[in-house]
Amino acid sequence: MEENEILLMKGNEAIAHAAIRCGCDGYFGYPITPQSEILETLAVEKPWETTGMVVVQAESELASINMVYGGGATGKRVMTSSSSPGVALMQEGITYMAGAEIPGLIVNVQRGGPGLGTIQPSQGDYFQSTRGGGNGDYNVIVLAPASVQEMADFVDLSFTLAFRYRIPVIMLSDGVIGQMMEKVVLPPFKPRRTEEELRQECPWAANGCKNRKKNIVTSLELDPHAMELHNIHLQEKYKEIKEKEVRYEEYMTEDAEYLIVAFGSAARIAQKAIELCRAKGIRVGMLRPITLWPFPSQAIKTLAQKAKGILSMEINAGQMVEDIQLAVQGCVPVFHYGRMGGIVPTPEEIVNEVEKMKQ
Amino acid sequence: MTNQDIIQPENLVYKKPTLLNDNPMHYCPGCSHSVVHKLIAEVIEEMGMENRSVGVSPVGCAVFAYNYLDIDWIEAAHGRAPAIACATKRLWPENLVFTYQGDGDLACIGTAETIHALNRGDNIAIIFVNNAIYGMTGGQMAPTTLMGMKTATCPYGREASLHGFPLKITEIAATLEGTCYVTRQAVNKVAYIRRAKAAIRKAFEYSMQGKGSSLVEIVSTCSSGWKKTPEEANQWMEDHMFPYYKLGDLKDKA
Ligand SMILES: Cc1ncc(C[n+]2csc(CCOP(=O)(O)OP(=O)(O)O)c2C)c(N)n1
Ligand code: SF4
Ligand SMILES: [Mg+2]
Repeated sequence: MEENEILLMKGNEAIAHAAIRCGCDGYFGYPITPQSEILETLAVEKPWETTGMVVVQAESELASINMVYGGGATGKRVMTSSSSPGVALMQEGITYMAGAEIPGLIVNVQRGGPGLGTIQPSQGDYFQSTRGGGNGDYNVIVLAPASVQEMADFVDLSFTLAFRYRIPVIMLSDGVIGQMMEKVVLPPFKPRRTEEELRQECPWAANGCKNRKKNIVTSLELDPHAMELHNIHLQEKYKEIKEKEVRYEEYMTEDAEYLIVAFGSAARIAQKAIELCRAKGIRVGMLRPITLWPFPSQAIKTLAQKAKGILSMEINAGQMVEDIQLAVQGCVPVFHYGRMGGIVPTPEEIVNEVEKMKQ
Repeated sequence: MTNQDIIQPENLVYKKPTLLNDNPMHYCPGCSHSVVHKLIAEVIEEMGMENRSVGVSPVGCAVFAYNYLDIDWIEAAHGRAPAIACATKRLWPENLVFTYQGDGDLACIGTAETIHALNRGDNIAIIFVNNAIYGMTGGQMAPTTLMGMKTATCPYGREASLHGFPLKITEIAATLEGTCYVTRQAVNKVAYIRRAKAAIRKAFEYSMQGKGSSLVEIVSTCSSGWKKTPEEANQWMEDHMFPYYKLGDLKDKA
């Protein structure tokens, strides 16, 4: 394919191609619908013969996330992908990565739950992703792509953030965007880092103590005072991320009387609903969080000043709505609309909800 | 002649490996872990791999192995060391990568990771300290606990109907195509220690030659968990552990 060529592909395929192109060193994953195309695409592309990227089909998601922990601990740009039940299994590795401050990318192409649930799309893992998910006090950065283009673009962005802050990054997608085919321009080719570049970027990594003292990658500390200091350090890092890395997009908010907050595929549906509302003369706008953690609380609070009502539109039972309520502190009524079990709401259903808000 | 006269380079027959630092070890007196640490330090030093080794430590009494051996370390979640080592080695093929694991870590919670890393033929060495008990958590039953053996969670002795049978995971490992070297050793006598060291060296060398996975089991004591003196524990190991966990090579694809 040519550089900057416009291609038609699934979100899952775009992630695989983007990983190869942005200098990813390794992918470790276990098949699960609706994201198996990521590993399948990598297997077809054979990047180990071109860029040298390692690809392993692991024996479980427990193994894949620990391979990511191991690879990240040596300073490599490594990733995994899965869907909801698999990501539940990965929480052990993610909390170890958070504790030991290991960068890495985890893609969650969500499906409906709980349990084995359904292979149809959902946004039911919002709480799991934005509240840490595993044991202990921690957060990970959560990016929510709303298009195949963003699935591709967020791979490199995730690695940049993961290494800037030494933190795991979750790309929280869903079955709609993973499976949907759209136009995409793949990111430009970027070579994998050389060993020297890697050692310079990651002086903390455990990769053989050439010309330096030994490095230990661990999340263990039995002295409670030292452990509290480490926790305080983590919290300070999270504070810095909250200050610097909030990302969101506004759509038709200038004159909006009503505000929809939606992320990922829900935001695509909401966009259509807003067009329908506007045609009816209802002034509705949207704020689309791109980072779910850190959450764009301040931006929502500002928009809430001039809004008569806020609708949190999610493909779940109402999870992000709690963050919106926390952000606006009761200054405007906040509603939720969502479907579950793999049902994706239609724009008309949302128009209906907006009209209810008006009453 | 004074002691000072004797301490001369030409009289030197033994010294502590420099990779083993002076941090006081937290292991109980007589514990096999410390001897195995020393052997690993000696082998890495003799191979000249000090700057190119990454150890993966377990959850178990050896969790702090990283405090004693001056190489790079990654501390694994309970049982996951082989998965970590798999990625670490594939991403850094020029590095020596090994895991260090107890029987609970390797043969219980981490059985899947162990079997699959060995079966993939990842070019890693697994050092497996089998003391037939969960030392770190206070002496509970392990998958390797012998029939009739008493622990905190089988206080009347291990019974097949309640607890199943002691797992010979090393025998299983020998059947896997990915393994190139599978052996069972001990470190309670000088002759055994020499053999165990040679086994660790072979496993490390095979991993650097890209021959596949190696498993070196060290049948060990846990005097605290077994509620015995170090001497009694050594005797008990010879009398009870060795007949069930027979020493020697199970596989060598030289
Ligand atoms: C997920 C998880 N489960 C349980 C534990 C508690 N735990 C710590 S060490 C250990 C057993 C270790 O036994 P073994 O692997 O035989 O090592 P030893 O201490 O005997 O050398 C257990 C159950 C833990 N840390 N993590
Ligand atoms: S409890 Fe057992 S395994 Fe742990 S240090 Fe003591 S003797 Fe060694
Ligand atoms: Mg044990």
